[in-house]
Amino acid sequence: MTRRFLWPSFALPGAIWLVLLFLVPTYAVLAVAFGTVDPIFSNPVPAWNPLHWQFGTMRDVLRQLRPGQPFWTVFVRTFVYVAVALAGCLALGYPVAYYLSRHAKRTKKLLLVLLIVPFWVSYLMRMLAWVGLLLPDGLVNRALIDVGVLSHPYGWLDGQASSVILALVYGYVPYLILPLYATLDRIERSVLEAGRDLGASPLHTFLHVTLPLSKHGIMAASVLIALPMFGDYYTNDVISGSPRTTMIGNQINLFFQGGPQRTVGASLVIVLSVLLAALMSYYLWVTVRASREPV
Amino acid sequence: MKRVRDWWANPWGQPRTLAVVTWLYMVWAIVPVCIAVLFSFNDGRSRSVWQGFSTRWYWGDPDQSVLHDPALRGALEQSLKLAGLDMLIAVPLGVGLAIGLTRWRGFGARPVNFLMLFPLVTPEIVMAVSLLLVFVSLYKIELGTTAQALGQVTFSISYVVLVVRGRLLSVGRQYEEAARDLGASTFGALRLVLLPLLAPAIFASLMVVFALSIDDFVVTDYLSSNSSTQTVPIKIYSSVRGTTTPALNALATVMVLATLVAVALAAVVYRRFSKLQQGGGSAVSELAALEA
Repeated sequence: MTRRFLWPSFALPGAIWLVLLFLVPTYAVLAVAFGTVDPIFSNPVPAWNPLHWQFGTMRDVLRQLRPGQPFWTVFVRTFVYVAVALAGCLALGYPVAYYLSRHAKRTKKLLLVLLIVPFWVSYLMRMLAWVGLLLPDGLVNRALIDVGVLSHPYGWLDGQASSVILALVYGYVPYLILPLYATLDRIERSVLEAGRDLGASPLHTFLHVTLPLSKHGIMAASVLIALPMFGDYYTNDVISGSPRTTMIGNQINLFFQGGPQRTVGASLVIVLSVLLAALMSYYLWVTVRASREPV
Repeated sequence: MKRVRDWWANPWGQPRTLAVVTWLYMVWAIVPVCIAVLFSFNDGRSRSVWQGFSTRWYWGDPDQSVLHDPALRGALEQSLKLAGLDMLIAVPLGVGLAIGLTRWRGFGARPVNFLMLFPLVTPEIVMAVSLLLVFVSLYKIELGTTAQALGQVTFSISYVVLVVRGRLLSVGRQYEEAARDLGASTFGALRLVLLPLLAPAIFASLMVVFALSIDDFVVTDYLSSNSSTQTVPIKIYSSVRGTTTPALNALATVMVLATLVAVALAAVVYRRFSKLQQGGGSAVSELAALEA
């Protein structure tokens, strides 16, 4: 084997795997969404040849996406939930990451370990924990009744938007803090000292030095958690399970687990991917740029 | 008490609000899980009212405990089986891809490099749907363990590449070139120099893949066939809203324990390797960097 083929041959098995199990499947979604439905068994018949693509289903889906139509409500709700949850994650996560990178000294190691603990507890286990707490006779209700805030148990799990959003924050905030911490930790102390030496107050130094320097980190970390949140359906199912809080993920899941309308489900997947393309390309751009920089 | 009061009153100390927020966050993040673990030892059937300590939901109960309920035990076994398969397949593929991509500069390297990043940003439901559709309508792969393993490997490879490539870039090529100068063949240099240098990264990626695999819900659920291929997350998802017993908490707790053991094991090995090579460094901070 000549050297010319040595390195590509290392990459080859993994590359073939990704082509067969990532690229081709992505095309399969297009083939199903733009394919037809078997009239007898009502299962999708994918159109592998782009020349045979039919756009009827997609047109129907897009029609239901207009304001006032069913999918519109679901899409708007999803964007609102994700936006509020993301804001909550940032409001909670940024101070924690900041404290860890700047001020924690003796406790830093302990805090880092505590920060990583949620990564080793499965996501659904963490949701299970909250379901236990939020049950009608759970600790949250009993504590609130003891304190006198509530007179009778509140139905936290009966389709409350607030519960779903809180669960999303709880579930995703660890994934935000860690990259934020990495960004903030990389900011040189000397830069901050320079800011202070030049007469800026601590607040000014934060606003004009730390915040701008962590801007890309904030964006990347936000995208990193926003993407999975947009496709999330399990948090919603576990915490609410009510059609009042249906998100895009639930809607797609419904078409795949519940019924024969996989063509519609595949069309929704395409719509979601197109909407998220901007976020995805931003994250790809940041990653590619970071991998080109010398380490 | 006086120390606490002094600390609070001292204007030159650390920013207190931040410290308080951070500690409150840590408590909020961890205490609910601890409570769920606690209730797995509940003597009654309730998941929210404490009725005394027992281990009945682990092994005491003759048909509803994790040990004796075939559905719960099966979920545990399926989770561990898939994690094993995922590590066994994704890590070699990813290591190969990482080595290949950092050294290979010809035609084709760029597209593969780019393709490798996509699984990282694709929402899981999109990936799950596309795998389901391709298995059912093109590859004719029956849903079940095989399909689940194929799916898990697909999203795991990229993480392995990231971890290993980071290490490759920081190691550089000089050790390999020195080995070549001293007469080693290309393969000899790889086997004797590069692989040992990569060992910490390979261990780290085994650990990451293990965690990814047992935590995964969406892809694994879409590609499961029936109750016999349910994993622990699927079991939790499907029964948490119903009238279940603390056995579900026990099942989740066993899974957390398995993960912690795996992590501890890997951390020990990891520390040994990095000590051998460059006098150590905190495994924790390296891990933090990895996850980020």
